[in-house]
Amino acid sequence: MTLIGDRQQLAYIASQAADARVNVELETEGMTLNIGPQHPATHGTLRIIARLDGEQVLWAEPSCGYMHRGYEKLTEVRTFPQVTALVNRIDWLGSFANEVPFILAAEQLMEIEAPPRAQWIRTILFELSRIANVSLFLGDLGVQLGAITPVFFAFRDREYVLNLIEGATGGRFHPNFDRIGGLKDDLPAGWVDETRAVMKKMRKFCDEIENLLFGNEIFESRTRGIGVIPRDVALQYGMSGANLRASGVDWDLRRDQSLPMAWDKVDWKVWTHLDGDSYARCWVRLQETRESTLIVERLLDTLPSGPVMTKVPRIIKVPEGEAWVSTENPLGEMGYYVVSKGDLGPFRVKIRSASFNNISIVPWLLKGVYVPDIITILASLYFILGDIDR
Amino acid sequence: MYALLSSIPYWGQTILRLLGGSVAVLLPAGTIVYLFLFKMMSFMQSRLGPMEAGPYGSMQLFAEVGKWLQKEDLMPERADKFVFKIAPLVVLSSTFLLVVVVPFGPDAWITNFEAGVFYALAVSSVSVLGILMAGWSSANKYSLLGGLRAAGQLIAYELPMILAVVGVVIQAGSMNLQNIVVAQNAGSIFGWDGVGNPYLLTQFIGFIIFMIAVQAELTQTPFDMPIAESELVSGYMTEYSGFRFLIFFIGEFATAGVFAFIASVLFLGGWGVPFSWFGWTGINDVDNWMNVGGPLIMLTKMLGLVFIIMWVRFSYPRFREDQLQRFAWKILIPVSLVNIVATSVLKVAF
Repeated sequence: MTLIGDRQQLAYIASQAADARVNVELETEGMTLNIGPQHPATHGTLRIIARLDGEQVLWAEPSCGYMHRGYEKLTEVRTFPQVTALVNRIDWLGSFANEVPFILAAEQLMEIEAPPRAQWIRTILFELSRIANVSLFLGDLGVQLGAITPVFFAFRDREYVLNLIEGATGGRFHPNFDRIGGLKDDLPAGWVDETRAVMKKMRKFCDEIENLLFGNEIFESRTRGIGVIPRDVALQYGMSGANLRASGVDWDLRRDQSLPMAWDKVDWKVWTHLDGDSYARCWVRLQETRESTLIVERLLDTLPSGPVMTKVPRIIKVPEGEAWVSTENPLGEMGYYVVSKGDLGPFRVKIRSASFNNISIVPWLLKGVYVPDIITILASLYFILGDIDR
Repeated sequence: MYALLSSIPYWGQTILRLLGGSVAVLLPAGTIVYLFLFKMMSFMQSRLGPMEAGPYGSMQLFAEVGKWLQKEDLMPERADKFVFKIAPLVVLSSTFLLVVVVPFGPDAWITNFEAGVFYALAVSSVSVLGILMAGWSSANKYSLLGGLRAAGQLIAYELPMILAVVGVVIQAGSMNLQNIVVAQNAGSIFGWDGVGNPYLLTQFIGFIIFMIAVQAELTQTPFDMPIAESELVSGYMTEYSGFRFLIFFIGEFATAGVFAFIASVLFLGGWGVPFSWFGWTGINDVDNWMNVGGPLIMLTKMLGLVFIIMWVRFSYPRFREDQLQRFAWKILIPVSLVNIVATSVLKVAF
């Protein structure tokens, strides 16, 4: 080894030693913070284990299952019509939307289709449950960021939508209104006009939230550039719904697949955003709520008349086979893989719920952020605990 | 002038002032909690607020206090018991110490000394100690984070607050709060004395900075990271319940009221009305009835300022800790330094 080599080696060792000294000096003891299962920000029982250095997250891991109710297994001991009462408890804020894909899967196996009026009403109720769901998200967003007023507006205006759902189905939260082959009942008298009025109110609510939150500099500084999910990462983690569209992927199952539903019968727009940050996710949801009110109004304009129930046997036996149907639920793609052996009930049901996949990105996303940003990122990802744990 | 007080023996004056001080702390706390927290906030959020306790819910505050006093005195097992117990009292004592120098009328003061502004700014930072004690002694990670955030934040915002007040002190030429009140009400803006010279008009930048710093000092939204109920559960107050929480609660709102008192003394003319309206020229001409009217005028001004504080609190989201520090050091402090220079130049020029 030459002299220069020695010198280089010495310099290298010296620099290493200096680095080590600096590191020893600056290294602080980490702290493991358990956010949840009982925590105001996790709106449910999600637990996030975060290793902190000061306020910075070194790594974070969501730990779910605290509210597992075993719906997949429970469906195996229910008959097909009974399953809707279970599955609308998965995403409890948009419960009607949970029934639809299952019923569609069962109908697909039985090779029947609901009459047009039933399809229209299904779509309308589906969009109403999306509005009820996302309007609460828009209010809750403020709470997570420290602004407590929007949530009261959200609860006030969501009530109008819940009244509509109750008026049509009889249940505010758990309608259990879908039947294989159609719907339980037709719409009550006067419902259509009332819905039109409420849709106007909901658009006003969206404007209100936009003024109150989205135009606020503090809100922008807390959400813009925070929790950025690039397009390819979003796809790799199997994200869906508004979270995926906010990363610039133009993908909406309402438009991209043909189901016996009424979405393709009216004009509407899929909103996307290119930024992929928390702001984009919130913004896309806001625009979607507006778009949903328009969808509902346009569907009401073209509402066909006729029966709401097709002819089905009194005792429903679904023929042997397998079916996979997924729809664009308020939280993202929700699908049911139904296996039937020709019995009264399903042999096996696999539920693909949106939130479970959406929060799987959390460890990747939370690395290196500050503690307050954990909350905004989780809020903008928008999960419902029932949808994670099923 | 001073006839009213000097006819009472010294012990009588002391008792009067102690009572006055307690009222000056507890009354605003009560009115703020009732008026703004329970009612104004409810109206802003399209709801009614308390309606059951008493007519129109007017006894709600007593119901709440009664509820808290009945609760069990809980303490975490691994808490530093002594520090945990006295932390709320330290926070509250800061409020009581602060109200001591606030003049409520020509004679209605608790103590009247020359370095009033200096004293007020000094004792207002005592509450930081209490908050840090609460955060540390709770043996809770959320409390610790909240306490550390509070310490960083309150120290950062002490400076713009002091610098904002320096402008007022330069203009009034005194650090005595009573003299500042008189200087505002007897003064004139470029020779026009129609409304005196409330420093709200001539120290507008200082007023804005002061109110922002007060908002941060009170840990109200948008600067409420030490409490941050969606992140840190309740920050340094997480482990407190029962009457210890009550003391924190009173302390929080009483401090809001007392800071509003100080802001109204510094910027809105305090207890006074413009002296030119009544033909007064100095404090010696002021009528004795101002000792009664003054506190009411102060209360009105205080409620106005608290309305602003609460309005911001209930409509804004929260900053992040690093954004808050950046805001203090990069915007507020340079602006207030420029304000001081401009004030000094104008003071010398005119």
